[in-house]
Amino acid sequence: MSTPIVDLQGIVTRFGDLLVHDGLELKVERGDIVSLIGGSGSGKTTLLRHLIGLTAPVSGTVMMFGEPLLSGAQHEQRARRRRFGVLFQQGALFSALNVSQNIAFPLRELRVASQAEIDALVLRKLAMVELEPAHALLMPSELSGGMIKRVALARALALEPELLLLDEPTAGLDPDLSLSFVELIRSLHRRLHLTIVLVTHDIDTLMALSTKVAVLADRKIVSCAPVEETIALDHPFVSRFFKAVIDRRRIAPVAGVQD
Amino acid sequence: MSAVPSDRANHRPGIRIDPSGRGVLRLHGDWTLRLLTPQIRAIRQHLRTAPPDARWVLDEVTRLDSFGAVLLWQAWRRAWPADLSLPDDLRALFEEIAASDRQPLPQQGLRTPADHLVLLGRAALHFRDHVLDFVRLFGGIVLDFLHLLRTPQDWPLREISANVFKVGVRAMPVAALVGFLIGVALSYLSALQLRAYGADVFIVNILGLGIIRELGPVLVSVLVAGRSGSAMTAQLGVMRVTEEIDALAAMGVSRSLRLVLPKVIALSIAMPLLVLWTSAMALFGGMVSASLQLGLTYGFFIETLPGVVPLANLYIALSKGFVFGLLIALIACHFGLRVKPNTESLSANTTASVVSAITIVILVDAIFAIATRTIGVPF
Ligand SMILES: Nc1ncnc2c1ncn2[C@@H]1O[C@H](COP(=O)(O)OP(=O)(O)OP(=O)(O)O)[C@@H](O)[C@H]1O
Ligand SMILES: [Mg+2]
Repeated sequence: MSTPIVDLQGIVTRFGDLLVHDGLELKVERGDIVSLIGGSGSGKTTLLRHLIGLTAPVSGTVMMFGEPLLSGAQHEQRARRRRFGVLFQQGALFSALNVSQNIAFPLRELRVASQAEIDALVLRKLAMVELEPAHALLMPSELSGGMIKRVALARALALEPELLLLDEPTAGLDPDLSLSFVELIRSLHRRLHLTIVLVTHDIDTLMALSTKVAVLADRKIVSCAPVEETIALDHPFVSRFFKAVIDRRRIAPVAGVQD
Repeated sequence: MSAVPSDRANHRPGIRIDPSGRGVLRLHGDWTLRLLTPQIRAIRQHLRTAPPDARWVLDEVTRLDSFGAVLLWQAWRRAWPADLSLPDDLRALFEEIAASDRQPLPQQGLRTPADHLVLLGRAALHFRDHVLDFVRLFGGIVLDFLHLLRTPQDWPLREISANVFKVGVRAMPVAALVGFLIGVALSYLSALQLRAYGADVFIVNILGLGIIRELGPVLVSVLVAGRSGSAMTAQLGVMRVTEEIDALAAMGVSRSLRLVLPKVIALSIAMPLLVLWTSAMALFGGMVSASLQLGLTYGFFIETLPGVVPLANLYIALSKGFVFGLLIALIACHFGLRVKPNTESLSANTTASVVSAITIVILVDAIFAIATRTIGVPF
């Protein structure tokens, strides 16, 4: 087995008196799509921020691509960060830049691609997230919620990342849009050989995407397993979370009879 | 893009040129942004020197991402090379690039001379917009005020007192410091000249009139425009960006009553008081300096002052303070409400707010000077 893409070892996080994570362990293998679930306030966003390197745990190590995230010289750390893309919950698009400038921004910063190449790449990314070239000149404030997510995803993909971190990718989208966004992520995963870690509350997103579900409860990852195994798990949070699914399965045959 | 190798260190991308001399380029390794980055110069150099009729062999490319594909596509001058050996799994990516290349990326248009005329016209209309908006804002405030006179229970007293504290009390230390230092500097410079003519005692007249009537109000205005005006603009601006103002409107709360009016009233109250405070500090600084340099006693300074500066000057100073405060707050709110939901607009409007406030204050100060030229001057 190759080295895991993400390897969290003994993570402890504390905000004042509040202990959020206590000796948390998580491994994500290459090619996995891991959904992180947990109650509100259980520390999912905080964990994602550790992965991005925005915050550091009180103790424990965050290993990314087989190396500690915050090790090595400045330029090594920067190169490591370029290997993953992040989709923030609110999109976090640069409000002063238009869509194409937003997508081109990380490429410009890298100073590797020429202007013509950047334009071609922006076109490619726009097509990847199923936006029209005509949208390139819109400002973020002129976009709908679903479009913001798409542009943010295109920007996250700009540096051809191996790992994608998504914070609530489908929150705030209507079921139809959220379904097509899930489809989009799935096809990108297939074609670009991405590894994906996502935080979600949405059970449909989770069922459709995950190869594994990591359950954050009692300040630890209590289980990291495929969906079917997770549903069968005997844990109060898990049974409450999947109650809807289990109920729906029970109702399903009845609905079939009525049809 | 078949089997994904776990260790990429030895997959450096590269180009081998066939020694046969027939212009055959053999590409190998991972053509990905990450691995191309360290050697992009050498790769570009190779790609540039490729003859137009070269044979391209991509069979040994282990991985290709869209950057690698775009790099090659541009090297092929955005067309399929005549002689190309390309594995099928890579072909799809190039086809996608070729497809999206057919529509150009829309660009922001360049300016033609006619556009400059349009821009000029737009600027004029823009200015008219500002004036109209400002008048509308002012009218709204007046209407709110009348409404409050009729329904006293609607007074936003809590907001007003919070704002007085923020723009007035909090500004006192810095106003005192600036006033004191200006007083010292002014007194020092004047004393040098006056001593040459033996007119030492006139330092009280110069400082008294200059500071109370002119310098105090203007100094405080500049300070307050920079300190509180910018803060008001930024606050309203961010509330716009985060849709808080829309939320207020949705709750049926008048934004001018709840947000603008308290700021305007608070600054109109606080400014005259700040003017008083700062002028006092400046006079104190002048007095200290005069006693050190010219040997004038504090007692003499304080006794002479009311005699040489008619009381009317104080009233002029206080009314200036009131008017300037009103203007600064109105201008700050005007620009704050014009902020569009992006950071660029926020910074532009904050700058515009401070610059306009200071400019207009000085303009109005000149009008004051002309209108009151016969009042309160002892000669
Ligand atoms: N910067 C901070 N300072 C203090 N406490 C914090 C901070 N960030 C998070 N917390 C606390 O840590 C806990 C975990 O927060 P986090 O945002 O990670 O929750 P979450 O699992 O993402 O919840 P949700 O599902 O509601 O988004 C919460 O109790 C929160 O109050
Ligand atoms: Mg969260």
